[in-house]
Amino acid sequence: MAQLTLDKLNKRYGEAAQVIKGIDLQVNSGEFVVIVGPSGCGKSTLLRMIAGLEDISGGDMYIDGVRVNDDTPSERGIGMVFQSYALYPHMNVYENMAFSLQLAKLPKDEIARRVEEAARILQLEPLLQRRPKDLSGGQRQRVAIGRAIAREPKLFLFDEPLSNLDAALRVQMRMEIAALHRRLKSTIIYVTHDQVEAMTLAQRIVVLNRGNVEQVGTPLELYDHPANEFVAQFIGSPKMNLMPATLVRAGEADSVVRLWSGKDLVVPIATPASAEGTKVKLGIRPEHIEWGSVAQAPNLADVLFVEHMGNETYHYLDSGKLGEPWVVRDSRRSDIAAGETVGYRLPPEHCHLFDESGKAFARRAAGNGASRIPGVDAPPITFAEPARTNALH
Amino acid sequence: MSHNSQTLPPSAAVAPAPAARAPGRKRSLQQRRARAAWLLVAPALILLFAVAGWPLLRTLFYSFTDAAMDTPEEYNFVGLANYLDFAEGDSFGVLADPLWWQAVGNTLWFTACSVSLELFFGMLLALLMNEKFRGQGVVRAAILVPWAIPTIVTAKMWGWMFHDQYGVVNDLLLRFGLIETPLAWIAEPTLSMWAVVIADVWKTVPFMALMLLAALQMIPSDLYEAARVDGANAWQRFRRITLPLIMPAMIVALIFRVMDALRVFDLIYVLTSNSEATISISGYAREQMISFQEMGVGSAASVLVFMMVAGIAACFLWINRFSHEGKEAKE
Repeated sequence: MAQLTLDKLNKRYGEAAQVIKGIDLQVNSGEFVVIVGPSGCGKSTLLRMIAGLEDISGGDMYIDGVRVNDDTPSERGIGMVFQSYALYPHMNVYENMAFSLQLAKLPKDEIARRVEEAARILQLEPLLQRRPKDLSGGQRQRVAIGRAIAREPKLFLFDEPLSNLDAALRVQMRMEIAALHRRLKSTIIYVTHDQVEAMTLAQRIVVLNRGNVEQVGTPLELYDHPANEFVAQFIGSPKMNLMPATLVRAGEADSVVRLWSGKDLVVPIATPASAEGTKVKLGIRPEHIEWGSVAQAPNLADVLFVEHMGNETYHYLDSGKLGEPWVVRDSRRSDIAAGETVGYRLPPEHCHLFDESGKAFARRAAGNGASRIPGVDAPPITFAEPARTNALH
Repeated sequence: MSHNSQTLPPSAAVAPAPAARAPGRKRSLQQRRARAAWLLVAPALILLFAVAGWPLLRTLFYSFTDAAMDTPEEYNFVGLANYLDFAEGDSFGVLADPLWWQAVGNTLWFTACSVSLELFFGMLLALLMNEKFRGQGVVRAAILVPWAIPTIVTAKMWGWMFHDQYGVVNDLLLRFGLIETPLAWIAEPTLSMWAVVIADVWKTVPFMALMLLAALQMIPSDLYEAARVDGANAWQRFRRITLPLIMPAMIVALIFRVMDALRVFDLIYVLTSNSEATISISGYAREQMISFQEMGVGSAASVLVFMMVAGIAACFLWINRFSHEGKEAKE
């Protein structure tokens, strides 16, 4: 268990390409932090920098307050689980897990104790004499985790560990990893491109985009109070609908926006007077749009197509010339058919507002109208320069 | 498919025909496949028998006779006399000839020295070429040049380089002050074998390097990263990860090279004119057969060469199959 601090961490390839652009982050002891972002956002590079597999071009990294920039991976005391598992094909499961301990010249009985302990935790005992090629994907994954556990590292690093597994196994391994964290109470940094993994596993999520931290927060903070358009659309599936609008009246409590359709909507969102008259985007999640009768609802749209999931239904509404269709999620079965015209309403308490640069204005309403997350009293997000100020440092 | 569907109706019309034929004669699909396989393999088998099997059998046959090179049709069976014979308290035959044993010693020495040096330098080059650097492609192509040069040319070239008066080797050694007087690389018995070994290593290192490079490139880079995380230093990564994983390819490369080296003839023959200091077992067989026209003795020597090479190759294959690491990585 250890605390990890990143201070303006940079990664540059040559002069031009900067892939990690000054990241500040503090991971507390025993915390499960997930770094999530689209492919190419630099998340794997960041993890490899933490591991010591990539050099740090600038900034500092501390583990438990000790600067480790120039330490080798093993000196940093990290355990890493690779996307490909990277098991040694010529060694059996026991040897794979014992390898680092042998290199560290631990006594034989200590090695045996640690490997057997790791094997017990991960239910690998019957497989100890097998070789990686004789294991299933899930078993290999467990061996890779076991290899990290046996080292008793200060910091666990997971690099997209579930992406090579099929869907059912992924759900199972996700629960196993969560259970493992509860049991070991170790500090875990977990990289994934899958926002579902991020939401389900993380105590805190770091959203990374183009080498910058977009936002850091608990899963529900990110869901309810995205700091910007990117986070709003990245977290949640189907993604948040964005509708063009104009801010006609700013206010500290409520603001009035004029929708593309010409209708005005009062939303409980604070906006500065300087933003009055500017173009904004109104965001609303698919599950928050409400149906209304065609005669009375403020907005009308044609249904392009309908997807029945069984437990829920997705409706795609024609947004006209505005681009992508808007998605409405209904948790019930729906008898609305493609081609129909429907009326709908945008509940103001569920609306988000983003300025022209994509930055969010502060919402007064909390998320789904549910009570605030216990222990998070202060508004977790400030909106100036999201890349910097949101990193908890 | 269209062809099939066209022919289907007529064959359907005569569907009872196969049943009308003797029912037992219809071969199963498996039998027909096996038949087709043998037909396809046959040309290769016939060719192999003609160019390898037949000469081998002829050589074996002549090794039991007293035939001479110019009159091979006149022969008497002499049993094992060409191999070893005792008469009047003295022993005769190839196995009693001190020159044969000298040739065996030379050949084994040559093989051991050149193959181990090739393995060492080949490994160094392969590890070097496995790293990313500018001009990698050019280096990989350039390194093949010695391998592409015919052995005779190599021998002549190194013959000149080793020349005691005009050779570049002596010139360099003199300039660097490593020797005071020119060395007679070819003529001096203690040096001539080293001259042969150096020329052979120069020629065949590229082969070894490329075989090993191919094996190295099969190793995923994340294994090395995992090993770094596990705390393995460069030597440990080589010893515990690289070496076990390239072992199967290395053994195959070694088999090739050892078999080649045991049969060495042309390089030695051209470079050192088959002097006794460097004569190989192939050179010995040739000498008996061509120079002395002793077809029987020459054949006996050739059979012994064959048995030696085949025996060592079999040992290697056995090691490869049963060695723990080789077995694993092969699967």
